[in-house]
Formats: sequence, C-alpha cells, structure tokens
Amino acid sequence: MSKVLASLRYSAEHEWVDASTPTKVGITAVAADALGDVVYVDLPEVGDTVTAGETCGEVESTKSVSDLFAPVTGTIVEVNQEAIDNPAVLNEDPYGAGWLFTVEVTEEGPLLSAADYASANGGDVA
Amino acid sequence: MSDPKKTSLHAKHAELNASFTDFGGWDMPLKYGSELAEHNAVRATAGLFDLSHMGEVWVEGPAAATFLNTALAGNMAVMKVGKAKYSVICNEAGGIIDDLITYRRGEEKFLVVPNAGNAPVVAAALAERAAGFDVTVTDASAETSLIAVQGPNAVAILHELVDEAGKAVVTEMNYYAADELTVAGINVLLARTGYTGEDGFELYVPNEQAAELWDAVMNAGTAHGLIPAGLACRDSLRLEAGMPLYGNELSLEGNPFEANLGPIVSFKKEENFVGRAALEAIKAEGVKRVLVGLKGLGRRAGRGGYAVSVDGAQIGAITSGQPSPTLGFPVAMAYVEPAFAEIGTKVDVDLRGKAEAFEVVSLPFYTRAK
Repeated sequence: MSKVLASLRYSAEHEWVDASTPTKVGITAVAADALGDVVYVDLPEVGDTVTAGETCGEVESTKSVSDLFAPVTGTIVEVNQEAIDNPAVLNEDPYGAGWLFTVEVTEEGPLLSAADYASANGGDVA
Repeated sequence: MSDPKKTSLHAKHAELNASFTDFGGWDMPLKYGSELAEHNAVRATAGLFDLSHMGEVWVEGPAAATFLNTALAGNMAVMKVGKAKYSVICNEAGGIIDDLITYRRGEEKFLVVPNAGNAPVVAAALAERAAGFDVTVTDASAETSLIAVQGPNAVAILHELVDEAGKAVVTEMNYYAADELTVAGINVLLARTGYTGEDGFELYVPNEQAAELWDAVMNAGTAHGLIPAGLACRDSLRLEAGMPLYGNELSLEGNPFEANLGPIVSFKKEENFVGRAALEAIKAEGVKRVLVGLKGLGRRAGRGGYAVSVDGAQIGAITSGQPSPTLGFPVAMAYVEPAFAEIGTKVDVDLRGKAEAFEVVSLPFYTRAK
C-alpha cells in the first residue's frame, strides 16, 4: 500500500500540501505509484499565478500523461529543479525530495485530511 | 462485463505485490515494482513473464497443413516439424482478425497461439473454417499456462533446470523453433520465441504445473539477475523492438500490407485462403497509409491516438508511443500517408496542443547485439 503522510493535507486530484509558508506542494505516493516511473514533469514558473482545481502542469510517466492540478490558489515562489532534472525522484521520495513547487497562498481549494484521502484512494496513513 | 479471468499464477503475482491491469479480459500483472527496472532487467539480464492469457489452439489431422493454409494468410504447409511461423488470420475483406504464432509439432499437428483477447474469436474462426477438412480444432487455452524467460541470461537460466542432453537442446535451439523438454522435472513445450527483442524462451505447461515451474525458474534465475516482469515493460520492450500490438497497430479495419506484414502473406501457395482476393486487390492498388517508426527530437513522448502533421496538415496518427527506456528518447509507431513515410521525414506530433518535432526512422528502434 502507498504511504499517506498524516502531517499533510490532500486534494482529490492527488496533490499534497504542507503547513509551511509559503506552502510546499507535491504529488502523493498513491499517484506516483499509479502513474508508474515518472520521466517528465512540466511545472509552472516562479511568479505564475495558479488557481485551485485548475491544471498547472503535467506529469508524464512511461505509460501515461496526467494533468497536475493546483491544490491552492496563489503565486509560485519556488520550483524544484531537482524534480525537473531527475523526475524519478517523484517515485523515490514523493513527500520529500520529490516536492514540486511552493506557493504564496491566497486561497485554499478543498483539501482532505490524510485519513479521508487514504480512505478514498487507498493507502496507509503513516 | 464479467470479472476478468485469472491465470493459474495469479496468487504468485499477488504475493509479489504486483499491480494488476485488465488486459484482453484477464487480470494480469502490470508491474511488480518499477516497470523501468523490469524493462532494463530484460535487456541486461532476464525477466520472467506470465503470458497464460495467450490462447492455445491445437489443429490436428491428415488435412491440418492444407486447412491452415486456407485459414491463415501465411504458408504453414512448407514449415518443417519443430519450427514456428508468425502469421495473421484475416477476414474476407483482408482485415486482420489477429496476429499469431503457429508451431508445427508434427506432420499433422500444429499449435496456433493467438492473443488473449482474440483467442475465443480465433478458435471460433478456425473451427468454422475447418468444416469439410479432415481436422480437429481444440481450444486448449483454458488448460494451458505460458511463462516466458526473456533476456540475455535466458540460456544460462534454463541450463540450471535441465539435464545434459537438455542443455544441448536449449543451446542449439534456433529462433522460432520449439521442442518438448523436461524443465525442473516438468514436461513443457519449450519455444525460442518472444515479444521483447531479446533472446529468450516461452514455456507452455499445463495449468496444474505452472506455479511449480514459475517457482523453479525464479529460484534458478535469481542468481542470473532474473526478476518477474509485467505487461508494462512487455509493451515498452516490444515497442522498442518494432513489434506490432493487436488493437494498436493491427485491427480488423487495417490490413497486413500497411503494417509492413506483406512478406508473411503468401500468394504463392495454392490454397484460396480467407481474404486472398481482397488482399490481392489491396496489394495491386497500393496502401493508403503505412506504419512507420517515429523518433522524438525533444523530451516529450507521443501516445496512441495523437495526431501527426506536416506543415499544419494532419497526415497520420500515432498507434503506440512512449519514452524509450533503452534508447533514452521518445519512440512511437504511427500510420502516415505513404508520401510521408520516407526515413528522415520531419513531422510534428500534437502533444495536447503543443507541436513537438519527430522524425521518421526505420524500424525496429532497437536491435540486440548478436
């Protein structure tokens, strides 16, 4: 079973957000496992505005392409160059080194607790 | 929809924490861990596949060879006992019902192996076409399992499981040949065939002994770098090797000539095989589209269904595509108008609204070092 971290909150579209400011965003282990080996990520640029629930990039694996949805509304502060250069880090460490970007949040989208996300999508809360 | 069928190795895959996918009506292992690691293992060492979803149809009787020459597009009658042939079974319009491998197991005995999803249709078509011939057609798909050991270490792995005489059989077996052999104490039909572009073997075994055989091969193979391999890497391996997949490159709406399978259609044989008249007309007229290889010049991969354009006008569509793990660039197969099929032709692939540059290259993308 894929890991779901108790310390994070989640969007229904499989992104996680942490509690820091600016807020760090990534994709869940559930999503990374379902996608398979990630080979390409297309991220918003620093200064871009993203809107909760709308697409802001793409994650491409050997098998498929998936839209990346912004879990919150706000302005991009930083993007993770490591994820762009070595997309396998999304599979290896989705909640750590595989983070995608940070956002200065103006408004949150609907977010789920770890327990609610795990019960809807499978996964072990840890 | 009925529940997908399970192979006799399903519990093994579950034990190995496989992710499953519905393929051709079967609940099959997609991958056990990383599909890239499985892909690379088959290229570098070896992978073990459960292919029990494939069909097995026996054709036996005095008229077996003549019958198959009327039922299939290829010439099965010229095949020597112990050999195998790749062929297609067509409908009257020349459309492809399935692509299949036929093994000649005796003067009057053949084994036809269709794809999983097509097995019932092929078995039914063969049974129907057999009317008036002195043959019996037996669909043994439900009783037969199939595992494949694919990769450069396949010979070494099988050598661990056979006696001295068996070692010689394994080593000396030619590509597209088969023989009965005792492997790990189990009688199997061993074939040097595969769908990965690597050396390797396929082992046909009764369901009851499939789990025992799987364990024996896995145990012997671990020291040789053998790992279980799922359908995800099977797809990327066959794509690199330029092998068509039924449903992607081959279909009832298509024909063998546009898929570059003209050489396996035999107009020289005497028999009036199903689809012959239509295929002769298609060949005479020329195809309207042709299957080509595409190499991505950027990082993004094209996927099945994506449009292929030249100067803004669509000239074709991708049938299969993904990043090639072995080669490090995106690869795809696509049907394009014949005018744009020449090697080196620059095309654009519509990647969800963005044009990405690709180039027509020769197939296969990958050929193993001999």
